[in-house]
Amino acid sequence: MTDDRKAVRRVAGTGVPLRGDDIDTDQIVPARFLKEVTFDNMGKYAFYDARRDDDGSLNDHPLNVYSGNVLVVNDNFGCGSSREHAPQALMRWGVEAIVGESFAEIFADNCKSLGIPTVTLDADAVDEIQTRIEEEPETPLEVDVEKERVTVGETEYDANIGDAQKEALVEGIWDTTALMRSSLDLAKETHDELPYTDW
Amino acid sequence: MSERTLYDKVWDAHTVQELPNGQTQLFVGLHMIHEVTSPQAFGMLEERGYEVAFPDRTYATTDHIVPTDDRSRPFDDEQAEKMLSALEGNVEEHGVEFFGLDSGRQGIVHIVGPELGLTQPGMTVVCGDSHTSTHGALGAVGMGIGTSQIRDVFATGCIAADKQDVRRIEVTGTLDEGVYAKDLILTIIRQLGVEGGIGYVYEYGGEAVRDLGIEGRLALCNMSIEGGARAGYVNPDEKTFEYLRGREYAPDGDDWDEAVEYWRSIASDDDAKYDDTVEIDGDAIQPMVTWGVNPGQVIGIDETVPEPAETNDPEAARKAQEHMDVSPGDSMKGVDVDVAFLGSCTNGRLSDLREAARVLEASGREADDGVRALAVPGSQTVRRKAEEEGLDEIFKHAGVQWREPGCSMCIAMNGDRIEDGELCVSSSNRNYVGRQGSENGKTVLASPATLAASVVRGEIADPREVFG
Ligand code: SF4
Repeated sequence: MTDDRKAVRRVAGTGVPLRGDDIDTDQIVPARFLKEVTFDNMGKYAFYDARRDDDGSLNDHPLNVYSGNVLVVNDNFGCGSSREHAPQALMRWGVEAIVGESFAEIFADNCKSLGIPTVTLDADAVDEIQTRIEEEPETPLEVDVEKERVTVGETEYDANIGDAQKEALVEGIWDTTALMRSSLDLAKETHDELPYTDW
Repeated sequence: MSERTLYDKVWDAHTVQELPNGQTQLFVGLHMIHEVTSPQAFGMLEERGYEVAFPDRTYATTDHIVPTDDRSRPFDDEQAEKMLSALEGNVEEHGVEFFGLDSGRQGIVHIVGPELGLTQPGMTVVCGDSHTSTHGALGAVGMGIGTSQIRDVFATGCIAADKQDVRRIEVTGTLDEGVYAKDLILTIIRQLGVEGGIGYVYEYGGEAVRDLGIEGRLALCNMSIEGGARAGYVNPDEKTFEYLRGREYAPDGDDWDEAVEYWRSIASDDDAKYDDTVEIDGDAIQPMVTWGVNPGQVIGIDETVPEPAETNDPEAARKAQEHMDVSPGDSMKGVDVDVAFLGSCTNGRLSDLREAARVLEASGREADDGVRALAVPGSQTVRRKAEEEGLDEIFKHAGVQWREPGCSMCIAMNGDRIEDGELCVSSSNRNYVGRQGSENGKTVLASPATLAASVVRGEIADPREVFG
């Protein structure tokens, strides 16, 4: 049932060090942008307030300074409300994988359903990687989902990724819409068997 | 693992297949949508060129952003206008029935589903809103879902779900006069914690739950999510059937008998197995009021604010007390009230309006001068019935504003909000910082009766004293 078009086995590129514990979804996308009727503009709203000074000018927030595709974060990233706007914003900004100490559960789930791996490492390793990117932003960074490994330059780190997430990404079955749409006839059968559907 | 509970039976009946990712593909019996969480999902559907797979099982209404005063179109708030227009376009294009502003049936999604008889025992009910647990009051399994899952339901009529454990919450005894389902659920959340229900579905039962009317059960199940449980339900019984009889979308004629038979069969068996059981003493419950910034930070009206160290999260309690400007040993009774919000999917039904009006009448008093009070019926149906009974006159006479239905000050997305540091007694379900529209505003959750008593006194009051 592997779907090669959708399989996310590895993500290669460069990193964006984003330091701080408990960065919540309100910081990732401020609540006032939730009234938009599509996700199209969400990329612009990623860390909208955090990236700006009070007078509206861009500050030295990592998203203004770095342009990588792998976010490197600390503890409990993505906590707060379950809004899917947060991973949508990061994805549309250009994030393809997130490496960190730990993630809020619903946030990680939402990332999975967009095909974005959330990979955990211990605090020291995260700090080391963040420092390395800060010193040399162009250092190649690779997240190997299948082997649960993060490679930064020539240094390899053992990482963790939940079994369910790993399987979903590697097998290309993270997209539940496609997965279930392919068995629409089965859903119709269940529909027909339920007594209340013809009352 | 639980066995032979309503949850198990509903789960099995709706299972389409096990998915290769380890989840279960579960058929959705009723999908309710509203203007805030559906447009992105419709957008994603169009990106892929899919149509809505089961439009007949999908119903829409509008609640979060609608004004409760001037509803002429276009709305003053451009973004609100855009959201409602987007929904109107989407339901038209995809053939989904819509209870719009001029339908006579518009209202908060969790009020509309049950009162129209759309929600029925044994169904899976989903909505892009965490308070979908409400629908469990009729013996359905109601679950809140996120935007990508809404897309799943549109495209496939199903969700990919993980089965939860079942915790039976047995409430013994009877609730006193002046004590309501709201006080019961706040007691349960205090006892089990705001995260106590994670991984569980709650089955509420026992004498005190059987004694509740359906509207009380709806309030009870509504706040399951505040206790961490994705869903909560009450087994269907004669009261459930009587509630549904004759409702617009409920089965009738020959279907009715077949339906009742089915509904009886899906209730938990007497020998059902639960993953956990908790007992709550219903006789001991008082009117409850929150002192903090989550629904578990709550006390009986005769109790005093606890020492942070005595709570299960001292650090959070300390911060909450600072925000609320209360100290350990303080009583909440007597605290000055600036605003009162009667409404929401928790307590915006006819019986809630009746109880509040009854307190206003019994006291023979009007709203205290210092209090700005709003009564916001949960739906146009509720509003109409309340007016037939003359409740609107009681509110207006007491100086309480009588509004059009919507979520209003529960989430403050429609312009109704508290200002600056105002303290609001609210019949809604969340007292999070900023929830009612002001970062330093304060929310005290309570029952409609406690709210009404507080409105006449101008300070937090015990409804039992106003009755007496
Ligand atoms: S009334 Fe409040 S809790 Fe209920 S659906 Fe509306 S915003 Fe959500």
